[in-house]
Amino acid sequence: MKTIPASAVENAVAAMCVTANRELPADVRAALEKALAAESAPAGREVLRQLLENADMARETGLPLCQDCGLAVFFVTVGEDVRLEGGSLGQAITDGMVRGYAEGSLRKSVCDPFTRHNTGNNAPAVIHYDLVPGDTLAIRMMAKGGGAENMSRVTMLAPADGWPGIKDFVVRRVAEAGPNPCPPVIVGVGIGGTFELAAINAKKALFRPLDDRHADPAVAALEDELLTAINGLGIGPMGLGGDTTCLAVKLRVAPCHLASLPLAVNIQCHSARHREVQF
Amino acid sequence: MATYHLRAPLDDATVEKLRSGDIVFLSGRVYTARDAAHKRLVEALDRGEAPPFDLRGALIYYVGPSPAPPGFPIGAAGPTTSYRMDAYAPRLYALGLKASIGKGRRNEAVKAALARYKGVYLGATGGAGALLARRITEARVIAYEDLGPEAIRELTVRDFPTLVINDCHGGELYATPRID
Repeated sequence: MKTIPASAVENAVAAMCVTANRELPADVRAALEKALAAESAPAGREVLRQLLENADMARETGLPLCQDCGLAVFFVTVGEDVRLEGGSLGQAITDGMVRGYAEGSLRKSVCDPFTRHNTGNNAPAVIHYDLVPGDTLAIRMMAKGGGAENMSRVTMLAPADGWPGIKDFVVRRVAEAGPNPCPPVIVGVGIGGTFELAAINAKKALFRPLDDRHADPAVAALEDELLTAINGLGIGPMGLGGDTTCLAVKLRVAPCHLASLPLAVNIQCHSARHREVQF
Repeated sequence: MATYHLRAPLDDATVEKLRSGDIVFLSGRVYTARDAAHKRLVEALDRGEAPPFDLRGALIYYVGPSPAPPGFPIGAAGPTTSYRMDAYAPRLYALGLKASIGKGRRNEAVKAALARYKGVYLGATGGAGALLARRITEARVIAYEDLGPEAIRELTVRDFPTLVINDCHGGELYATPRID
């Protein structure tokens, strides 16, 4: 049994919320630099140059990368042999998030869906838990902006649609989203599972390093195929035209019902703000 | 493609010379408003009340800035996605609004309003919130303070970089996706 003080979780979460919003992840920066070197459209290059300058400016000033500091989404992997001391895990995460958003001058973007009244402290966060054997505790946080999230979709395809149906839906979704989700985007795709599992898997896929390869070479090839098709759309950085519409496509696949082919497309903006902490 | 340095407020003659793809550096006063502020603004107009700022010649920036840290006039302040304001924008252009600043596509009703009332839709780089904040020298809340980040602010901007996305002649800058 491993005992972790709730205060340690709260402090780590507060810090990761601030860092996620101020510092572009290294793999995202590398992908933007690579895109800048390869982009043929002058307007697209100018956007990519501005995004890299924006990352420098955020780091220098401590301002957030984006005014939309996101709804805080957490994926928590909890070992069965982990016990929190001095508070519950969910409360520690919530308290840390609220403190991080307050102390880091981050925008609070959570409201009631009917009255639209802002809750004022960015709570509640959305927290997903995975219970695993052992004594690990890993907390992954994503600051998910509304613009890219609004362009995301879940659909239930028929098994007969197969890969052509999946590919068509994903590419059309990015095409229809156009300039809205702040391209170049990252596309998380959940295939299989159930209605809700496909969506969760699509979001989990967005945590993968942009330059990694899927463990299954067949799935990795499908990711390449989608990336090529999406970049062939010519939407370009901020929709101004160009070669760079998408930095990466990440698939997460799960078995599904005989009758179903669930599919979720979670679109992420170019800044892909996320962080991970382990205890 | 031309480059202009313009000072707000704008007049019809200035708007008419702008073409999609032109670069516009804005200086002067612009007003922030996004989803909730637009709803409230239009409800006020429905009741026959005066808007909280003079719409004639005005520029509205679709932004909900992050809080200003100590020593800064404003926090990060990049554009939000504009289509959510499409339901309100034609009415505001009819009342004299000259420009809206945001990101993403507008619907046909907004494009028709741009042509009819001599308006322009300008794009700023989405996600460049820290960079764009440095072109804003002053910010103060002038209405709907309870809306927090969605309150209406009067901003003073200096050489704020934008692109003409939709002009008043039917021009469109955004790329059409190459798809069957």
